[in-house]
Amino acid sequence: MWRKLLASVPAFRAPKAPCRSFKSSSRRAEKDFNKELEAQFRAFREKAAAALPGSDWSPFELTPGLPPERADVVIVGGGVVGWSIAYWLKKKERVRDGLRVLVVEKDPTYSQASTVLSCGGIRQQFSLKENIQLSMTSADFLKNINNHLWVVNEDPVDLQFNHSGYLFLASEKSAHIMEENYHTQRHAGAKVALLSPSQLKERYPWINTEGVALASLGLENEGWFDPWSLLNALRRKAMSMGVYQCFGEVTGFRCSSNVAEIADDDFVDVKRIKYVNVQMPNSLEYQPVETAIVVNAAGANSGKIATMLGIGLGPKESISGIPFPVEPRKRFVYVVHCPDGPGLDTPFLIDYSGVYCRREGLGGNYITGMSPEETEEPDVSNLDVDHDFFQEKVWPRLANRIPAFEQLKVSSAWAGFYDYNTLDQNGIVGMHPLVSNMYFATGFSGHGLQQSPAVGLAVAELILDGGYKTVNLSAFDLKRIFLREPILESNIV
Amino acid sequence: MAASLLSHGMRRCSARTCAAAAVAVRRGLSSAAPPSVFTRLLLKLNNYFYDVEHIVGWNNWARTLLVRSKNTFFGLAQQNFGDNVAAAYYILTLRGSFRFAGQSEWFRPDSSGKFSYDFMSTPDTQIEEVDLSGTIINHDGLDNLVKQNKLQSLSLRGCPEVDDWFLARLHVFGESLVELDVSHCPCVTVGGLAALQNLRKLQRLDISGLSRLQSPGLVRILLEEMLPHCRVTGAEYEQGLIQPDTREPTEEDHEATSANTGVRHL
Repeated sequence: MWRKLLASVPAFRAPKAPCRSFKSSSRRAEKDFNKELEAQFRAFREKAAAALPGSDWSPFELTPGLPPERADVVIVGGGVVGWSIAYWLKKKERVRDGLRVLVVEKDPTYSQASTVLSCGGIRQQFSLKENIQLSMTSADFLKNINNHLWVVNEDPVDLQFNHSGYLFLASEKSAHIMEENYHTQRHAGAKVALLSPSQLKERYPWINTEGVALASLGLENEGWFDPWSLLNALRRKAMSMGVYQCFGEVTGFRCSSNVAEIADDDFVDVKRIKYVNVQMPNSLEYQPVETAIVVNAAGANSGKIATMLGIGLGPKESISGIPFPVEPRKRFVYVVHCPDGPGLDTPFLIDYSGVYCRREGLGGNYITGMSPEETEEPDVSNLDVDHDFFQEKVWPRLANRIPAFEQLKVSSAWAGFYDYNTLDQNGIVGMHPLVSNMYFATGFSGHGLQQSPAVGLAVAELILDGGYKTVNLSAFDLKRIFLREPILESNIV
Repeated sequence: MAASLLSHGMRRCSARTCAAAAVAVRRGLSSAAPPSVFTRLLLKLNNYFYDVEHIVGWNNWARTLLVRSKNTFFGLAQQNFGDNVAAAYYILTLRGSFRFAGQSEWFRPDSSGKFSYDFMSTPDTQIEEVDLSGTIINHDGLDNLVKQNKLQSLSLRGCPEVDDWFLARLHVFGESLVELDVSHCPCVTVGGLAALQNLRKLQRLDISGLSRLQSPGLVRILLEEMLPHCRVTGAEYEQGLIQPDTREPTEEDHEATSANTGVRHL
C-alpha cells in the first residue's frame, strides 16, 4: 500500500532515485512524506483560520483601519469628552446595537491631546452653578467608576485619585468674591470650608500667609487623578459596548443646505451634514462616512472643524459671520523637585496671583504653572516649553507663597493645549443654528477633563432625549455667542 | 485537524487564564479570603464561554446591588425614630457593633445576625464607638452616620468596600474622631490617606496590612508629619525600603573588593 502511495506522489520519487537499498529508502521516504503532510496540514490550517469568521481576512484589498461607511453618530475628537459621550450614548441606547457610534481621533498616540497633558485636577470651587453641578456629577461618576467602566475579565479601573482637595487663596480685594462663591458652592451641595489666615497657618505651616485675606479648602470630591487612566477606561468600556474607533482626521464635510427665512427679508443658509470625510493617517485616502448626527468634541481644534462648515466665514454683520470662539492656547506645566517641600497634606494650591501647585507622588516632586497674560500668549504652532516663563513669572510667585520652594530644581516640563473659549472661558454645549445636525461639546478652557463624565451624559441626553435631565446646561448654549452675553466665572484657572 | 485547532486554541487561552486569575486575585473578589474552588472554576470557564462571562458579569452586578441595598439611606427610620436610632439600626444590620456615649456595654448582633431592639429606648444618646470590621460599608452608607458628631472611635478593619472616597468623607467627624483603624482594607491607597488631614483630633491610626501601599514606611513618616498629634501604627519605618544586601560576603566579593582597592592604589 505504501509503495503504491509513494509511487503516486512525484515529490517523493524524484530525489530518491539513486537509492540502493529498498528498505532504507522506504523509511526515509516515509519520514519525508510525514513531513510533507504536516506542512500541507499547516498551510491548510492557516488558510482555514484566515477564512473562518472572526478573522480580518477579506477577498478584497482593504486599507486597514478604515471607518465604517455608515454611522448614526460621528464624534469628532477621541479625547476624554468624546469617549465619554460615546460611552453614555451606548449606555442610554434602548436596544442592543440600536446606535452605531464612531469616534474619530487624529492622534493615535495622544501625544498632543489636551486630556493627557492636563494636570488632572477636579474641584467644585466654581462660581457658576452649572460648573459646580457638572463637577459634582463627574465626581459621583469617578466615585463609582468601577460600576460604570469595569469590563468583565479586565482589571478594575484605578484612577490613582488623590483626595487632597483644592486650596484657593484670596487677597483683600477678592475676599468678598470668595465668600460669595463659598455660599453658592454650599448651596449647590459642595463641601467647602473657609479658613482665616491664622487657621491657614495652623493647618499648613509651610504657607506664607502674607497678603492672604481668606482661603477656601475643598473637603470632599476634590483632588487630582491620572487622566490617562480615565481616558483609557472610558475607551475600553465604550469599545466593549460596540463603539467604533477610527484613527484619522476629519478633513471636510459634505452637506446639503436649504434657505430659511429668519426675519423679514433676512435669509440664512442652514446646512445639514450628510457625509463626514475621514482621511487616513499618512495617506491621501479618505472615506466618507454617512451620518445622521455629528458631535464636535475636538477640543482645541474644534474651531477649525467649525470653520470647515463655513461658520464665521459669512458677511461681517450676519449670523454666519460670527466665528466660533474656541482656539488653542498653550499652557506650560513644570515638574519641580524640592526635597524640603510640603508633605502629604499638600492640596492643589491656587494662589490669587494665578500660580498653582500640587504634589506629584511621594518623592518630593511637585507640578506647578500658571496662565500667562492675555497679551503674552505663547505661539501655538508647537508644544515647546518656555523655561524663561518659569524663571520670570512662576518661580518668584511660587517661592513667595511657599518659602521652601526658594530652593527647587525643575526636573521636567511639558506643554499642552487649552480649548480656550475666548468669549467667557466656559464650555459650549448645544447645537449651532446654522448646522442642523452638529452638536458642540467643547471650549471648556481647562475644565474639560474634570467635567467630561457629566458633559458626556448631558450631550447624550440632549441627543437621545432631546433635552437635559441630569444637569441643566442650557446656560452653556451657543445662543450666548450670538448675543455676545458671556457668563463669566469669577475666578478662572 | 479539528483537534489540533482546538489544542492551539487551548494553548492560547491558557495564557489568558493566568491573566484572569491574576485579575481575580487582585480584585480579591471583594473579600480577604482566597477565591473558592467554585469561583476559580468559574473564572477558568469564563475564558472559554461567553455564557459564563455573562454569569460572572451578573454575579458582579448582583454584588453591587447587595452592597447598594445594604448601604441605603435609612430615611424612614431617621424620620420616625431620630438620627441616633437610625444610625444604630444601620450598624446592626451590617453586623457591626457600637457603643453609646456614657455607656459601657456594646450592642452587637449574634452569630446569625439577629439583635435586640434595646437601643431604641435611648433615642437621644449619641454613638461614641463603632466597630464595623469586615462589613460591606461603603461611602454611601456613611450618610447614615454623618450626624454622629460625638463619634470617637471607628474601626474599619478588613472592609472590602472601604476606599479612598470613603476616607475622604470622614471629614464630617473631623471635630471628634480620635481613633481610626483602616487596616487590611484592600482598596485604600495613599491618595485616600492624604484626605485624613481633615481629622485634626486624630490620635491613633492603624494602617497595617494595606496591600496597595507601595512603601508603608514612607507613608507612615508622611502621615506622622501631616498629623503631628497622631500615633500611626501598623507600618515599620523600614517597610518598603530597598534593603541593603544582607547575604554573607563570598569569595568573589572579596576578589572584587581587592580589585577595587588595587585600582584605588594605582
